[in-house]
Amino acid sequence: MSLTIADLKKGEKAIIVDSSSEDIPLKLLEMGCLPGNIVELLQVAPFHDPIYLNINDSYLAIRKETAALILIDIINE
Amino acid sequence: MSKQINVALIGNPNTGKTSVFNALTGLNQKVGNYPGITVDKKEGICKLSRGVKAHILDLPGTYSLNASSLDENVVIELLLNKNDKNYPDVAVIVSDVENLKRNLLLFTQIKDLKIPTILAINMADRMSRKGISLDIELLEKELKTKITLVSTRKNEGITDLKALIENYKTLSTEPCLDTSTIDTEYFNSLKQAFPNQDLYKLWVVISQDANFGKIDRNELDFSKFKTKSKSELKRLQQKETIKRYQFINGVLKEGQTIDVTKAKGLRAQFDRVLTHKVWGYVIFFVILLTIFQAIYDWATVPMDFIDSSFASLADWIKVTFSGGGKLTNLIAEGVVAGIGGIVIFIPQIAFLFLFIAVLEESGYMSRVVFLMDRIMRRFGLSGKSIVPLISGTACAIPAIMATRNIENWKERLITILVTPFTTCSARLPVYLIIIALVIPEGRFLGLSYQALTLMLLYLIGFGMAVFSAYILDKILKTNRKTFFVIEMPSYKVPLLKNVILTVIEKTKTFVFEAGRIILAISIVLWILASYGPGKEFNNAETIVEQTYPELQGEQLENKVASYKLEHSFIGIVGKTIEPAIRPLGYDWKIGIGLVTSFAAREVFVGTLATIYSVGSALDDDDKTIKNRMANEVHDNGKKVFTLASGISLLLFYAFAMQCMSTLAIVKRETNSWKWPMIQLFGMSLIAYIVALIAFQILK
Ligand SMILES: Nc1nc2c(ncn2[C@@H]2O[C@H](COP(=O)(O)OP(=O)(O)OP(=O)(O)O)[C@@H](O)[C@H]2O)c(=O)[nH]1
Ligand SMILES: [Mg+2]
Repeated sequence: MSLTIADLKKGEKAIIVDSSSEDIPLKLLEMGCLPGNIVELLQVAPFHDPIYLNINDSYLAIRKETAALILIDIINE
Repeated sequence: MSKQINVALIGNPNTGKTSVFNALTGLNQKVGNYPGITVDKKEGICKLSRGVKAHILDLPGTYSLNASSLDENVVIELLLNKNDKNYPDVAVIVSDVENLKRNLLLFTQIKDLKIPTILAINMADRMSRKGISLDIELLEKELKTKITLVSTRKNEGITDLKALIENYKTLSTEPCLDTSTIDTEYFNSLKQAFPNQDLYKLWVVISQDANFGKIDRNELDFSKFKTKSKSELKRLQQKETIKRYQFINGVLKEGQTIDVTKAKGLRAQFDRVLTHKVWGYVIFFVILLTIFQAIYDWATVPMDFIDSSFASLADWIKVTFSGGGKLTNLIAEGVVAGIGGIVIFIPQIAFLFLFIAVLEESGYMSRVVFLMDRIMRRFGLSGKSIVPLISGTACAIPAIMATRNIENWKERLITILVTPFTTCSARLPVYLIIIALVIPEGRFLGLSYQALTLMLLYLIGFGMAVFSAYILDKILKTNRKTFFVIEMPSYKVPLLKNVILTVIEKTKTFVFEAGRIILAISIVLWILASYGPGKEFNNAETIVEQTYPELQGEQLENKVASYKLEHSFIGIVGKTIEPAIRPLGYDWKIGIGLVTSFAAREVFVGTLATIYSVGSALDDDDKTIKNRMANEVHDNGKKVFTLASGISLLLFYAFAMQCMSTLAIVKRETNSWKWPMIQLFGMSLIAYIVALIAFQILK
């Protein structure tokens, strides 16, 4: 089973592996949500939804359902 | 006269396009630290040297040439239509120095459209605290453009920008990269099918999301061209985006250095508290409480002053121009009373606008969106609906326009439909005067009862908005996918100048817009109240003297005046609807106020002011509107404004749809009369029923 952005914990960083699912809005890709870029989870709202991220130096919030479509590898520091 | 240069300001949301626009044109369009402040085109003129003028167009922000919401679509439509009278001779890409990488994506797309392009890198004042340095010369070469560093806050770089605009003809129109390599075969076949068209433009038109890309495809006949499936197109768009970022990363690697150790920022510290699971909500609530306390308590001093000034003004006119007869009366009773009814609310309305402006300018609004999204979604709304719902407390009209950045049509429609339930500033005059009449003074935990009542009314309005959204969500069907992306801007200290300008502009508009209607209505009302048909009106003196032979002097005058009013034209209207509103606890005079309020709510107070001043001969301590209303009695001697009738009126105004301008804007935004009509009848029906129940229980 592969990890997605929805599995990230607060403060964790990861590398995006795949964001090609059709249900990911293009806008998100244009904001830098592309394979190879780094994503960090900054804050979460109650129920872990929505979540506040730093993707490729863009600060943005997305809903959990979208986050669950973006595959990642967690970076261990 | 020489030809004007058409300039379009384009860029990501919240990069300072409107600030640049204001700097270039000297105008004062609204600026705010929230993505999506500008939702429509705005035009202005900028004088360049030697008598040359530039026509500047401020546009909504967009992340790319693929529209995913209505405001973004404005930009794409303009750029794809060479025949548009605003089609730019030169595009100025306004970008944020803190996020050049993402800003350049749009830049490279515009370059591909072969429009002469200037790159204005804004917020240059933040470079040093973020440890950013740029090699401008190298960037200009790699990006095949002219670059200028701008800081609208420090007013730097604007002269350079003007010079670049003036010499736009020397700009290169060569694209930065060749997109057709993402699928050479496909692009070749496109080229063959439409040899006369610009290749990249074709691609943008084809790949446009059908939900928003209402771009006219007629000029291009795609029927004989084999297009790709939606998912294939999407894959290609993704490839395009990746390719563009590869190019941009390559350029920035050489042209930009960021010294992270120097980067300072309070984002993380602020966010830790303001978006906290518990504290975030507590702080939001405290902010709201403060706003109500300010509106109610702090504003009363200037208000009392204005109220008594207008009363003395009316008096003064009557005494000074006592020879003027009817005209003097019209001015003193109709015009001055009506205008006074609105001027008195300037302090409160200014306070409200002030708070909203500060919330927007600081960057806090996006945090509220983040906190509220989950909750709002339960009711069929989006987190982004919170902004219309909050700014709806000022006025529903800009609030409804602000829904344009909600990506999902259903969430947007529901937001439009329920926004008029939020307590707009036009309700404030009505609330304030009635609260002052029927709610006792006194304090609870330091907050006055009256302020708490006001807060409760705001909550009721908000609650009703959310509740009806929930119902609408169940009724309206849609199969479109929802999605939600919101940028979180960095925190900024609100620029005093921006805030003050916004407050003044908005207050001015409110007063003048409302003032116009009120002036017209109070004149018409006064005439309708001063004349009447039949012998009852014309022989009022004799009739009253005969019926009440015991009355003398002032009392007699009063009785005559109110008898006349009752039989004037407007009195007859009021009397006719009285049976329908009796059960709500209102008399026919309030009825007249209700009728005129359907033009605009704020007319209510002015109407009552006019009616009561016509209907009574003044004595000294009876001058202010409030006192007159407090002394109003029914025929049986009972007071008109009691707790029961007051609450009933408050609730009626909370729910009824009484604003022509809002209906007009809803018609425009939804493109049909169906929705505004549903609002008008639905909301007014709810208002009637709730007011009825409240009065019957309380009386
Ligand atoms: N520090 C700094 N802030 C700026 C500068 N220019 C604009 N801002 C701020 O950036 C925020 C956004 O400015 P706007 O002019 O509303 O941006 P916009 O691009 O028109 O935004 P949208 O219409 O929402 O797309 C505001 O809070 C401005 O005060 C600048 O040169 N320096
Ligand atoms: Mg703007």
